[in-house]
Amino acid sequence: MNKTYLIFKHEFLQAIKKVGFIVLTFIVPVLALVAIGLFELVTTLTEPSVKEVTTVGYVDEVGIFSEQTDQGLIKLVPFTSREDATQALVRRDVSEYIVIPSDYTSSGTIQRYTLAKELIPPPITTHLIESFLAWNLLKDDVSPEVITAIVSPLNLEVTRLDENGDIAQEQGNIGNIIIPGVFSLLLALALQFSAMSLVSGLAEEKESRLIDVLFSSVSVRQLLIGKVLALGTAGLLQALVWLISAPPLLHLASSLFGGFLSIIQIPPNFLLLAIVYFILGYLLFAVISVGIGGISSNATEGQNLSLLYTLTSFVPLWFVGLMVSFPNNPIWVALSIFPVTAPTQIILRLGVSDIPAWQIVTSIGVLGFSIIVGLFLSIKIFRTFMLMYGKRPGLAEIIQGLKSA
Amino acid sequence: MAAVEVSHLCKTYADVTAVNDLSFSVDPGEILGLIGPNGAGKSSTIKIILDFMRPDSGVVKIFGQQMNEALKDQIGYLPEERGLYKKLTAIDLILYLSSLKGMDKAMAEEKANVLLEQTGMLEYKNKKNKEMSKGMGQLIQFIVTIIHDPDLIVLDEPFSGLDPVRTEAIQNIIGNLRDEGKAIILSTHQMNKVEELCDRVLMINKGRTVLYSDLVETRAKFRRNSVQVAIDGELGDLPGVIDRKLTNSSVELFLAPDTTPQTILDQLREQGIAINRFEVTTPSLNEIFLNLVRADHE
Repeated sequence: MNKTYLIFKHEFLQAIKKVGFIVLTFIVPVLALVAIGLFELVTTLTEPSVKEVTTVGYVDEVGIFSEQTDQGLIKLVPFTSREDATQALVRRDVSEYIVIPSDYTSSGTIQRYTLAKELIPPPITTHLIESFLAWNLLKDDVSPEVITAIVSPLNLEVTRLDENGDIAQEQGNIGNIIIPGVFSLLLALALQFSAMSLVSGLAEEKESRLIDVLFSSVSVRQLLIGKVLALGTAGLLQALVWLISAPPLLHLASSLFGGFLSIIQIPPNFLLLAIVYFILGYLLFAVISVGIGGISSNATEGQNLSLLYTLTSFVPLWFVGLMVSFPNNPIWVALSIFPVTAPTQIILRLGVSDIPAWQIVTSIGVLGFSIIVGLFLSIKIFRTFMLMYGKRPGLAEIIQGLKSA
Repeated sequence: MAAVEVSHLCKTYADVTAVNDLSFSVDPGEILGLIGPNGAGKSSTIKIILDFMRPDSGVVKIFGQQMNEALKDQIGYLPEERGLYKKLTAIDLILYLSSLKGMDKAMAEEKANVLLEQTGMLEYKNKKNKEMSKGMGQLIQFIVTIIHDPDLIVLDEPFSGLDPVRTEAIQNIIGNLRDEGKAIILSTHQMNKVEELCDRVLMINKGRTVLYSDLVETRAKFRRNSVQVAIDGELGDLPGVIDRKLTNSSVELFLAPDTTPQTILDQLREQGIAINRFEVTTPSLNEIFLNLVRADHE
């Protein structure tokens, strides 16, 4: 039987039996959905069944603000003086009060008093004050409908059309980034876990000299290719489990909890590209790990070194807020092509904007090329330094080793 | 055809010469003892033979061929420092590593049971390696080394850390392997094991050959002209004896160049002395080793 296959089989079985792999593959996605469901559930349970009316006091020193004091759940109560309003606030007869000073029409200043500690006024309060002021200022000159439009001039409804001018199946909304976001986070975690596992495994084999026994049976190439492919296949299995289970789990959670979950969408080309980038990501980090395993003198050192390069897969996640705001910035294109950030960056971008085909083709091409070159260099590094025990070679030694190998 | 033929091997690391013009061979059915002080170049020699690293110059032939992947299935290697996959059971480890040597699983399992029985390890076959003692782990690795019936076996310190019972078991297995026609390279610091097991000895120091010879010839070559005698009472003057050294239960008599042990024995008989023990002194390999290494350092 082919020895590369035997190593692949052994390493694959060892990888998928690891507790970390099992937890990440089978438990984390379910936990994520359960957490979203719980959030929805808690939100629903904490909403009061009977809507309470909030009373806000006001002192009108101008003398023209008397209408539109009943705004549904918020009622405005007039006070003749600031002292009366303050006493009512202290007694908690009102939740807060505002003062419309006599020079308001020229200064535009409104004073607000509250017992609550808050960084900024709640948007609902600001909106209430704006509505109350606008209504009373304009009541004699324009119709109530116009006043309503002035207070709330924009209710933007966006509809995305496809290239034929029909309504697109995938409508852009914040729910689009949830699944890609969760998947890219899981991918980054999985890459880190698997890279650390491969590096520490190799370093341990090296440290314990088990590597000598292995190399008396197989070639360096057979051993390392077997290990890399095993890790890639473990990545494929993980991706398949997540991608196959995501739609039914999402549907189940949405029908159970509704709310936020019902707006979550999976981008149409997401499944295929996620599988491609999962496999390429796993293979790339596996070949880098082989090289790092070759120069690590022990498992702990290997794990520490692997932290350095696996962190790069988290970089796109750090900037997700900026990416949502500026989806077409060239930085995201660069991160989509740079091999170590490409897998998580592309998966994230799929939820934010359409990615031009040339970027995806270039990204996959660069990743594939990096994997082949990386494997070639890593095998050389491993072959050169596999017999160096208890000492990590410096950069100059590595370069020298690569030249002479 | 020699199992291993090494010709003019040289290997240098930076400014240190690890192997310096080393030549030797190992035949099927022979155990070659590879001995030398620490840093003598033994490990480098073994690693070059196994193709873990390339020599600067020189040629290694295994069964007449340059090392290749197919040949690896005919070789068993037990490294000096031994590690195991800690989470695997003993039997799983044996089966995995034997599969890499091209063994069929059923055959490997059958052979593993026989070897586990021979080494007293059968009851531990389903134990995880992390639960085993160092000695037990060593026996498992010894089994891994020979399970695929290799024609060339390289053993680096196979007895270190083993108790006397298991040492004897391993020693018997090694002896049987030699009788079956296997070529064995035994690298060890335990000179008594080399004396008991090896047919030839290759002693190296600073990468160079210090001694490469048949063990019987070696002893004869380094034999000093002396006899060990144990008698009741005091031993008087004997012609031809130039010096004497008292030990616990006997005295070693150093003879003049033209005096033979037989001459001394005849003299003792003529004097009517009751002899409890009379033995021609044979230097131990350890003595030879120490003398040669010291001489080489001087």
